[in-house]
Amino acid sequence: MRKLVIPVLMLCFSINAQTPSAKDIIEKVDKNMSADSRVFTSKMVIHNPRNTRTVESKSWSMGEKKSYTEYLSPPREQGTKMLKLEDQLWIFSPSTDRIIQISGHMLRQSVMGSDLSYEDMMEDPHLLNHYTGKINGEEKIADRNCWIITLTANTPDVAYQTQKVWVDKDRFIPLKKELYAKSGVLLKRMELSDVLQIQGRWFPKKILFKDVLKEGDGTEFQIMEIEFNTKIPEYIFSKASLKK
Amino acid sequence: MKLLFKLAAKNLIGAGLRTWLNVIVLSFSFLIIIWHKGLLDGWDRQAKNETISWETGGGQYWQENYDPYDPFSLTEAHSGIPPSFNTLVSKGNIAAILITQGTIYPSGRIQSILIKGISSNQKLLKIPSALFIKNSEEVPALIGRNTATDNRIKEGDLITLRWRDVHGTFDAGNIKVIGIFDSDVPTVDMGQIWLPLDRLQKMMDMPGEATILVWNKEEQHSTISQGWKFKTNEVLLKSITDLIKMKSVGGIVLYIILMSLAMLAIFDTQVLSIFRRQKEIGTYIALGMTRGEVVGLFTIEGSLNSVLAGLLAALYGIPLLAMQASHGMSMPGGSKGFGLAVADRIYPAYSLGLIVTTILLILLTTTIVSYLPSRKIAKMKPTEALRGKIQ
Repeated sequence: MRKLVIPVLMLCFSINAQTPSAKDIIEKVDKNMSADSRVFTSKMVIHNPRNTRTVESKSWSMGEKKSYTEYLSPPREQGTKMLKLEDQLWIFSPSTDRIIQISGHMLRQSVMGSDLSYEDMMEDPHLLNHYTGKINGEEKIADRNCWIITLTANTPDVAYQTQKVWVDKDRFIPLKKELYAKSGVLLKRMELSDVLQIQGRWFPKKILFKDVLKEGDGTEFQIMEIEFNTKIPEYIFSKASLKK
Repeated sequence: MKLLFKLAAKNLIGAGLRTWLNVIVLSFSFLIIIWHKGLLDGWDRQAKNETISWETGGGQYWQENYDPYDPFSLTEAHSGIPPSFNTLVSKGNIAAILITQGTIYPSGRIQSILIKGISSNQKLLKIPSALFIKNSEEVPALIGRNTATDNRIKEGDLITLRWRDVHGTFDAGNIKVIGIFDSDVPTVDMGQIWLPLDRLQKMMDMPGEATILVWNKEEQHSTISQGWKFKTNEVLLKSITDLIKMKSVGGIVLYIILMSLAMLAIFDTQVLSIFRRQKEIGTYIALGMTRGEVVGLFTIEGSLNSVLAGLLAALYGIPLLAMQASHGMSMPGGSKGFGLAVADRIYPAYSLGLIVTTILLILLTTTIVSYLPSRKIAKMKPTEALRGKIQ
């Protein structure tokens, strides 16, 4: 009998070791996706029903609260800068030489007609701080084995009450995300691809955002260059830097 | 005095075409001033009446954080309806309105919208909220004609609405447009959607809360309530009053131009009369009239131009103004985009006060303008005047 118990226990242990808990998975996803600070250059390709536009920008972000973005192209948007501190956003437009403040509901509006809101573009939240996960199954996304994890908000003050995330089993990177309203209506879908190893972590360089309630083919968000945990001077996150 | 009037009238008529030209020009001034002021008064009256019926009622209590010109204030501008008001709300004597922001997706397009929840049983405002009672199965919505046209929404359409609750969490659902109302007040129509108050309170997780309490005209608003500020109609309708005032000031420039033209003609006629009628002036004085009486005669002659102009203006103006008052004046499309209540047709209001004031104003101005050149008569030597010598 003793001889039988030990192998059974070992088998259970090995199964457990193969399937980490949802919390562990989210923790590893956060380690890959979030950082103390990030500096990246990106290209946003907005596919509207009538046309396609490309906007290039450079962004600096620190934690969940501070973010700064400067548009590099097209010429019409070049020099436009955005600063987000907590839940307030300031936009500087060089054509008007004015800084305007955006907050509250306006932060949820789309950025330049894209499928991203200002919040989506400028925030870098740690999932574990806001959600509790539950593994709901497995599925293959782009030939990679994924866990399907349902994230339910711990606190009432998060944008999306529920999220469904398809996490790559080997690289701990979400390859697909679905964001749901409180009522269960699907609001946005994200498809993450071009996963590369950067500074010792896996990171998707391309994200396709789709506001499912809106017409159009979505918005591609491509990271051209990215650096994690670099030192960003504090003055970047001040209103004075908007007019520089 | 009677003689002076008779003589002045005789002289004036005797002057023929010169008089009639003056009278015609002056009658135009009469008519245009009355018409323009009547139009502004009519617009003012219509705009205020409509705004009171659709939006402001007998004044409003605003939640202390509410600022209609600052959409950022909306996230904080809500609190529980004061218990002392609850009876009046349930009776429908106070219309409670909760305001928040959201997004609609009509036919796959994205559109920001102001969501307003209004008590279904309210009887104060013309918003047809009673329709909510008959449609309780889905989330019923009412929209104004302009919003419906701009977003190509029809009655019976199901639209996806996305909003954020009190905690900032996204929520979405379908709403059914159960009615489209026609209102001349753009501030209850443009970019807005009306839902039953209780449904919106539930959607926003704000039970028993409101942003605005519309007060009944008949109710006293002396009840002081903490966290709420009372706004009288004088304050709420200030934008209309200011606009009309601004338009009136703009109108004064027009009146000055018109009156200047007419007065210039009268002044010119008076100067010419005195110059050409020196023998006549000398004869009047020789016959025993004092200089003052002769000055009076010429002043009356000039002033009578305005009386004749008034009569002429009445002759062709009354039918014209009456027709406009009954048919109204059509306003250009898109006037509502300015955010003020502009009806499709504006009906001018000609009050007795307006007509009397205009008559008195023109009479007084004409008298002054007629008197100024006539003063020269007082300095004339009668003997020289009799000889017709130029003085």
